[in-house]
Amino acid sequence: MMLRTLLVALLSLAATGALADQMKLAVTTSFHNSGLAEVLLPEIRKDLGLEVQLLVVGTGQAIRLGASGDVDAILVHSRKAEEDFIAAGNGTHRTEIMYNDFVLIGPAADPAGIASASSAADALGRIAAAQAPFVSRGDDSGTHKKEKSLWDAAGVGADARDVAWYKEVGAGMGAALNTASGLNTYILSDRASWLNFGNKGDLALLYAGDPVLFNQYAYLPVNPAKHPHVKSDLAARLETWLTSDRAKALIDGYKLNGETLFTFNAAP
Amino acid sequence: MNEILQGLLQAGRLIVTLDSDLIEISLRSLRVTLSAVVIASAIGLPLGCWLAVRRFRWRRFVIATLNALMGLPPVVVGLIVYLFLSRSGPFGVFGLLFTPTAMIIAQVIILTPLIASIAHQAIRELWAEYHDLLISLNTTRFQRIATLLWDGRRALLTAALAGFGRGIGEVGAIMIVGGNIDNATRVLTTAIALETGKGNFALALALGFILIGLAVLVNLGVHSLSRTEVSDRW
Repeated sequence: MMLRTLLVALLSLAATGALADQMKLAVTTSFHNSGLAEVLLPEIRKDLGLEVQLLVVGTGQAIRLGASGDVDAILVHSRKAEEDFIAAGNGTHRTEIMYNDFVLIGPAADPAGIASASSAADALGRIAAAQAPFVSRGDDSGTHKKEKSLWDAAGVGADARDVAWYKEVGAGMGAALNTASGLNTYILSDRASWLNFGNKGDLALLYAGDPVLFNQYAYLPVNPAKHPHVKSDLAARLETWLTSDRAKALIDGYKLNGETLFTFNAAP
Repeated sequence: MNEILQGLLQAGRLIVTLDSDLIEISLRSLRVTLSAVVIASAIGLPLGCWLAVRRFRWRRFVIATLNALMGLPPVVVGLIVYLFLSRSGPFGVFGLLFTPTAMIIAQVIILTPLIASIAHQAIRELWAEYHDLLISLNTTRFQRIATLLWDGRRALLTAALAGFGRGIGEVGAIMIVGGNIDNATRVLTTAIALETGKGNFALALALGFILIGLAVLVNLGVHSLSRTEVSDRW
């Protein structure tokens, strides 16, 4: 019996060999949580015969995966980190694809009064002044980096963000939203993750619209000169598709609860 | 409470409609863990037995280490396997990271000490009983180990099932080395973590109930196949 089990296990293992072209793409949790991937991937498969395997991680880890050559391309949203990635020779180039925006979520009662804030920095300043509880991603992701830059803009340094009210959870967007929902706190989220989130509790969208909250996604193929095994031809085909009119129609047309989530802005 | 009820209902709905995604990830869970259990048993059972039979200087130390390794933290195993299999790591050329094979490797490392320890405990008692007989028959060490393994097979089955129990519910290591890729490396536990992250508690819970049911089914199946716990046998 043992031998048979072993044989079956080995056979099924061998049967996993790929038929279609496959490539690995590291994407951010916020992109995946939006649900756009479920729309784009089947179309990519249909148009290009290409199966894109998504690794859903924070921007920090996505960049590490690209740098060590474990994925063929990355789709992330943190301009500074992307430029460092190119400068270090890990990627060949950076192609802007689309953008969405960040929103500030908080208790519906809004104890810090951020709904009437004049800017995103002003809103965070009010949260700090009121010492209202705030959940931070704390995972070096694109969202976390954006949040830190907003705190700096609000003049609230790392030292001023006291653990009594500023809680770093070190988790993905969904897990951080769960924590914020459980503790009924403020949090910075991308709009897509927020709309798709199923455990809103007493939380509500309180502030959005400041241009500094726009969130640019870029596609970066991993440099084949550094990692000869990466499938750069497949990565190039995917890039052509992502910047095509076909992708534009799908991305601009993607709606969740009647709201447009992403705006396509790739140069054709 | 409402969420738990919804989870149960959704679990029922998924099973009755034979949801194709559910079947796929359940089969993948079984494939990864069963392969890991088979490989870990092939290493751990003879190792446990050998440790019971053989006397050598560092035996006590080796056994204590093995027992301690039963509590090996999966997330650390995952991280180490990840670093080894990464393209920039020593075994990067094989391109195994983010494949089911990587998940099996990580689980074999987690399960082997557990299976070997439990096997060692069981065989040690059996060896005390068989010692004089096997020595007086002038058996070779290989024959002794083979006899003990065969006569202790029911206790060793428990060791393998304990390994299965640890493997099927494990998420820390396989999340890191598998990457939770849809249609490639997503298994029940990583799907539960993903759905929890999306706030879909009912679906996450439904998958959890299915996972528990699957573990019970496998245990029952193994017991009925090996005819343990039936009336006239021990």
